[in-house]
Amino acid sequence: MKKLLILGAGTAGTMMANHMIKKLPREDWEITVVDQYKTHYYQPGFLFLPFDLYKTKDLKKKGEKFIPRGVNYILKKIKKIVADKNEVILEDETLSYDILIIATGTKTFPGETEGMDGKGWYKDIFDFYTYDGAKALRNKLRNWEGGKLVVHITEMPIKCPVAPLEFAFLADSFFKNKGMREKVEITYVTPLEGAFTKPKATETLDYLLEEKRIKQVVDFNIEKVDNENKKITCYSGREVEYDLLVTVPTNLGDEVIEHSGLGDDMNFVPTNKASLQSKDYENIFVIGDASNLPASKAGSVAHFEAEILEENILRYIDGKPLKEEFDGHANCFIETGNGKALLIDFNYTHEPVEGSFPFPGIGPLKLLKETRMNHMGKLAFRWIYWNMLIKGTHIPFVSAKMSEKGKNFDN
Amino acid sequence: MESVDLNEEGYLTNFSQWNKEIGNVIATENEITMTDRHWEVVEYLQDKHVKEEALSIRGIKKSGIINIKEFYALFPGGPLKVSTKIAGIPKPKSCI
Repeated sequence: MKKLLILGAGTAGTMMANHMIKKLPREDWEITVVDQYKTHYYQPGFLFLPFDLYKTKDLKKKGEKFIPRGVNYILKKIKKIVADKNEVILEDETLSYDILIIATGTKTFPGETEGMDGKGWYKDIFDFYTYDGAKALRNKLRNWEGGKLVVHITEMPIKCPVAPLEFAFLADSFFKNKGMREKVEITYVTPLEGAFTKPKATETLDYLLEEKRIKQVVDFNIEKVDNENKKITCYSGREVEYDLLVTVPTNLGDEVIEHSGLGDDMNFVPTNKASLQSKDYENIFVIGDASNLPASKAGSVAHFEAEILEENILRYIDGKPLKEEFDGHANCFIETGNGKALLIDFNYTHEPVEGSFPFPGIGPLKLLKETRMNHMGKLAFRWIYWNMLIKGTHIPFVSAKMSEKGKNFDN
Repeated sequence: MESVDLNEEGYLTNFSQWNKEIGNVIATENEITMTDRHWEVVEYLQDKHVKEEALSIRGIKKSGIINIKEFYALFPGGPLKVSTKIAGIPKPKSCI
């Protein structure tokens, strides 16, 4: 009996279990998934929880519901991957594998920045990238009386790079609806050179910041959070004051990657960006946020990767050359507040542009434009996530490789 | 000096056209006088670029090449922005 071992039962790991159980003959292959947590969170919903747009029960289900029959599901902490021996050490047992899929994701590490998780943590400093953080922030916002709201990115790369911007847009709507927008100053602080960094997006979307009166502070690389005086400081000496700091802490790969000596300097696993095979071990494949691919860390990317990884694992088993086909395709809704959203579709080489999606020239979704239909798409996505995406069902009309049809490229 | 292809922001679009002389010209345009320390950082950035690894302030901090205060002192303003320009590699970007 050969063994396929999947580490992590988040979006990517769960999808791969569902993909591979359909393809690998049960008499030859045993598939096992390991994760230490029993709850599967709908992470895109963490953005909505702080504004009371989703309830906590909308965001969590038991992980076992999504692990297909016939797959072993082990709820234990992973201590170390011993790649030279094809073994994975768990808290009280050791598993061996023929093929390993690493899907251990990325996590936030506020302790990486001086003062971030100090005495103000979850009092006037919050994250919304964790269930606990989003919930604590919701409770804070229910009674907050206004002041300086600073939405902040510590450093790149982060999971779902547009989420902080969406947070700022939704905050604008939230305070308007509460009749207290005048009491809130919203500032968006980024280590990049702007809220938008690609030429097309900047040209098309910069008006949103002005319209929503969101100030930008750019090229800001945080050195520390001063809990006493409520301000953040940049290495260059610049300071931004806050009454409420909503930050995206440093994102790193899981500690197990570091303990196993398999990561880069941010604990992401060096991975072939087109085939998804690890660069160091031919029987290790990496999917989702755990890899160092220059693609966005997002569920849609993991979904597109899964289709290609399934095929490459089958090719690897058959001794055939791997397909080098993953193009970095990502497809993301961006909430802009007031019941509208944008949709972007892009890959390694093409930046987001205007056009229609998924049907060229028809839509119904519009790329890089604020519409109500896009917002409906984002809300519908929760159903798609639970019922299709993580179960590895192909989503009709949306292909793993990006389509260039119906899009307004300059050349 | 041979000509190189630049984008509208002055970044090289083809790293293979880079050489030290070009790096020096870009540095001078950005009011930076290159020292051995500057070149050490530039070489590190180019190495990361060739390996297709993402650049970040943290990566630089962990690299052991330089601490962040010094990085700011060598390349004032937006150090990653300026140093990548001199190194002839693309500026770090977000997805949108």
